Amino acid sequence: MKRRKFIKSIAPAGIMVPSFVQGIGFKAFNTGHTFLNQVLLPTGDNNRVLVIVQLNGGNDGLNTVIPIDNYSQYVNARKNIFIDESKVLKLRGHDRVGLHPSMIGMQQLFNEDKLHIVQSVGYAQPNFSHFRATDIWMSASDSKQVLTSGWLGRFLDEAYPGFPAGYPNINMPDPLAIQIGSVASLTLQGPIQPMGMSISNPSSFYNLVNNREDAAPNTLAGMELSYIRETSRQAQKFSEVIKAANAKVIVQNLYPTGNTLADQLKIVARLIKGGLKTKIYIVNYGGFDTHANQVESGNNGSGTHARLLGNVSAAIKAFMDDLVYLGIDDRVLGMTFSEFGRRILSNASRGTDHGAAAPLFVFGTRVQGGISGSNPIIPTNVGVGDNIPFQYDFRSVYASILSNWLCVDDTLLNTVLLKNFQNLPLTKLGTCSVLKPVGDPENLLVLYPNPFYKSVAIQFKTIGGHTLLQILDGAGRLVKILYDKEVAEGTYRVDFNGEYLPPGIYYVRLQNQLIQQVKSILKV
Amino acid sequence: MDNARPLHWAPSLQPFRGQWDDTAARHLLRRTQFGVKLADLKNVKDIGLAASLDNLLNDQLPQPLPPVKDYNPNSAVVPDVLITGGQTWVNDPVTDGTINSLRRASFKKWWVGQMLNQQISLREKMTLFWHNHFATESVDIGNAQYLFKHHSFLRKNALGNFKHLVREITTDPAMLVYLNGQNNNKSAPDENYAREIQELFVIGKGKGSGFNESDVKAAARVLTGWRNNAAEIKSLFDPNRHDINDKQFSEFYQNKKIVGRTGVDGGAIELGEMIDMLFATNEVALYLCRRLYVWFIHYQITPEIEEAIIVPLAQAFRQNNYEIKPVLRLLLESEHFFDPMNRGCQIKSPVDMLIGMLREMEVKLPSDSQYTTQYGLWNQLVNYLTNMQQNIGDPPDVSGWKAYYQEPGYYKFWINTDTLPKRIQYLDSLVAIGYTFGGFKMVVDGVSWIKLFPNPEDPNSLVEALCVHLLGIDISAAHKAQLKTDFLLAGQSQDYYWTDAWELFISTPSNMANTKHVSTAVTSLIKYLVDLPEYQLC
Repeated sequence: MKRRKFIKSIAPAGIMVPSFVQGIGFKAFNTGHTFLNQVLLPTGDNNRVLVIVQLNGGNDGLNTVIPIDNYSQYVNARKNIFIDESKVLKLRGHDRVGLHPSMIGMQQLFNEDKLHIVQSVGYAQPNFSHFRATDIWMSASDSKQVLTSGWLGRFLDEAYPGFPAGYPNINMPDPLAIQIGSVASLTLQGPIQPMGMSISNPSSFYNLVNNREDAAPNTLAGMELSYIRETSRQAQKFSEVIKAANAKVIVQNLYPTGNTLADQLKIVARLIKGGLKTKIYIVNYGGFDTHANQVESGNNGSGTHARLLGNVSAAIKAFMDDLVYLGIDDRVLGMTFSEFGRRILSNASRGTDHGAAAPLFVFGTRVQGGISGSNPIIPTNVGVGDNIPFQYDFRSVYASILSNWLCVDDTLLNTVLLKNFQNLPLTKLGTCSVLKPVGDPENLLVLYPNPFYKSVAIQFKTIGGHTLLQILDGAGRLVKILYDKEVAEGTYRVDFNGEYLPPGIYYVRLQNQLIQQVKSILKV
Repeated sequence: MDNARPLHWAPSLQPFRGQWDDTAARHLLRRTQFGVKLADLKNVKDIGLAASLDNLLNDQLPQPLPPVKDYNPNSAVVPDVLITGGQTWVNDPVTDGTINSLRRASFKKWWVGQMLNQQISLREKMTLFWHNHFATESVDIGNAQYLFKHHSFLRKNALGNFKHLVREITTDPAMLVYLNGQNNNKSAPDENYAREIQELFVIGKGKGSGFNESDVKAAARVLTGWRNNAAEIKSLFDPNRHDINDKQFSEFYQNKKIVGRTGVDGGAIELGEMIDMLFATNEVALYLCRRLYVWFIHYQITPEIEEAIIVPLAQAFRQNNYEIKPVLRLLLESEHFFDPMNRGCQIKSPVDMLIGMLREMEVKLPSDSQYTTQYGLWNQLVNYLTNMQQNIGDPPDVSGWKAYYQEPGYYKFWINTDTLPKRIQYLDSLVAIGYTFGGFKMVVDGVSWIKLFPNPEDPNSLVEALCVHLLGIDISAAHKAQLKTDFLLAGQSQDYYWTDAWELFISTPSNMANTKHVSTAVTSLIKYLVDLPEYQLC
């Protein structure tokens, strides 16, 4: 209600547009419309979706994308698990690289220019712990930096300011992001709260009752209580739209059975086709921690890893075929990731220990096919500690997708990813020709300059009553309370001197009665 | 994200000197048991904090009878015909995969049973703590006898000595399978356990932790040569597979060099030296005390709490040679533990939620003599727990459940848009419908339960008692008044409306209309209360 009034009231006042356009920060290429028209489109034209496929446990990249040009070193390093050269799947136009024999579907996608392989993706000073490395990938942090928000959580927080207050609304009537399963991922964690919704069955939701609510006390217990209430509200709000979208799609293309990744991707295809405007989907497939018996004794082309890769390949191929069948393949881009690759040298248990960089896959009709990067170098006298160094920072992949697929502009990109990363040619040119839909345009916080070095001016709007303005660091710790009092309705400004702070991402958080809004700001 | 603690607030490990009342006693039981039974509350309140801690920390309780054969082995290739139904399987070796799978399931059901039947003791909560700490997955262990041996060890030593736990877990057959120690040999060391013992079990990744990759590799070489003997359900050391070169550790471990050893005792000697080396760092005690803090109090460890609670606790831990009991006692009798700021601030784990509910509402379950029905119902509880993301025996991975380590959410990981509706659904169904197996219905008998409270005929007293007993945060007087009117007075304004109905129910239970009315009112009220977000807290 409030939002609609706001749009109506600002519509004739073209002068106000730049302020919130700046706040949203999306690219507009080749747009035939005026900015104002675009912004006021109820849903916008950009209906792109990103699907993240997480391969839990650390996928062995060297047995996934196999280096044919240094095959003898590869065999030497992996005497008990190497894949027979004759069985390696050939890739059209690339005779130096091949795929694991179980990845027939992905081979087909590659040959149709629907799959892009990025070689040796990782980061400096790789971490070998599952949970720390997963956090690094999900939060998009440096190796030694601890961030408690996820890269897509930060993106969604910028794109849909104020969430969850004021949502659903006409611009975004659906969940911002959906994680298939019962576990929430750090990837979707915003600076303050989770930006995604977890679902395991889109056709059945238990009906939650609206209870009377007493004010949550300002204690640790009250903090947890507020979180539970908010989760309950979201579950109620979004369960109906998900059920409806799920029910709309009756017929889908065939998916393999007994493949939990395929089961999840099938749900994703159905929800996209069913009309959800959800931007992000996350699915998971586990079991890649192959310390032992990753291949069958005497038959290196089969065993645990072959089964896992075969399922990944078949699931992604079926998903892509279904997207084409449903006529929505132009709207969907997918990427895989795993927390690390594995050691170059195999161990005595026909397995591999935790390693570093590894290839990842980007898939979709709008992908620019091919391979980025060269095969990893395998030393002739490979030692037990030798690892594959990274050619591409994983955040370059994120940056390329945010920039070229989700059409995020460069300023915002820097604040989401905290740094400037190289742009890779993963998608076809011109994919950002349409303006993104905007989120709730009621921008209550304006920060200038951003990035800042010494001081930043913070302008904020309050509806009156208790108004709290805080600075938080990238780990979510409170740095400073700038404002904490009862005020009259209006627009106010405070200057924050952050010269003493180490460079990095910070958040400005406004809390005004039931409203809260968070903006990231980069200290350089 | 708000700093919810008041500015003047000073955490202290000083003994608790506040009022020993029902609220304090309930807080102690909520955090040390799964759910609070009224009889236990009365006991703890009556005997006081010191005597209650004596009971909670008593490690001389007899060990429970082991799990029994509750399954039909006909689907197996080689059925375990030597034991009959109702007898324990834990001493009967089998190699059949189906039988092992059925036994692992039997073990999980049995474990739920142990938690349901706990006495006033920390054993169950600490057994689960160690399962989360030395996390293993039963499906990867495979062999049910290894699994039960592993679990029995944690249970026996739940209140024992941390250093002893680490030493024994390192060569425990189940752990040797789970983290590939049995494959770790001199020709190609497997680093899996060597990494996790440092990162997850002993040193952690706190700011004072400084082990590096070379330490992981050196530790892996110390640990080469251990294997399992499946016939005897025990591990053994094979000197031929052991790396006999010296192992050099980093500055973090004072540049310790462990001299390579030969012979049948070589592995154990080197391992002993390595454990001594790990436990000589300050970090071990700090790390474990932080984990205990997250388990028993809250996950926000501010610099003040680190200074005033964790550091002295860790010091006591070292002074007591890593005995668990003195540290738990210090923590659980402290001012800080009972601080009102720390009450009600844990989001219940699925185990706390489900097992706690069945216990606190005195839900009746079949006796041991009806083992088929008993295991069938326990099995349903295992399923509920699994759906709520706490599959006991199979945590997500070696780092345990995210609720106990994953920043920034910690306990919040239990609650999302998928798991919250499931929690409510299971609670509702146990309150209102029940789950039936083998002709036995597992359901909350609200009317019988509230008879245990003082003055159930007084609607004010009843609503108040139920709220205080069930909710992690109390609700307002206006809210309670509404509950009384809506549920007990059926919209009327006079209290005697309920009192009369209750007294008629007590005197003439055969009056079916009235009995039904009373029972519906009580069930609806309980259902409302467990659906409140406040019930998710303890």
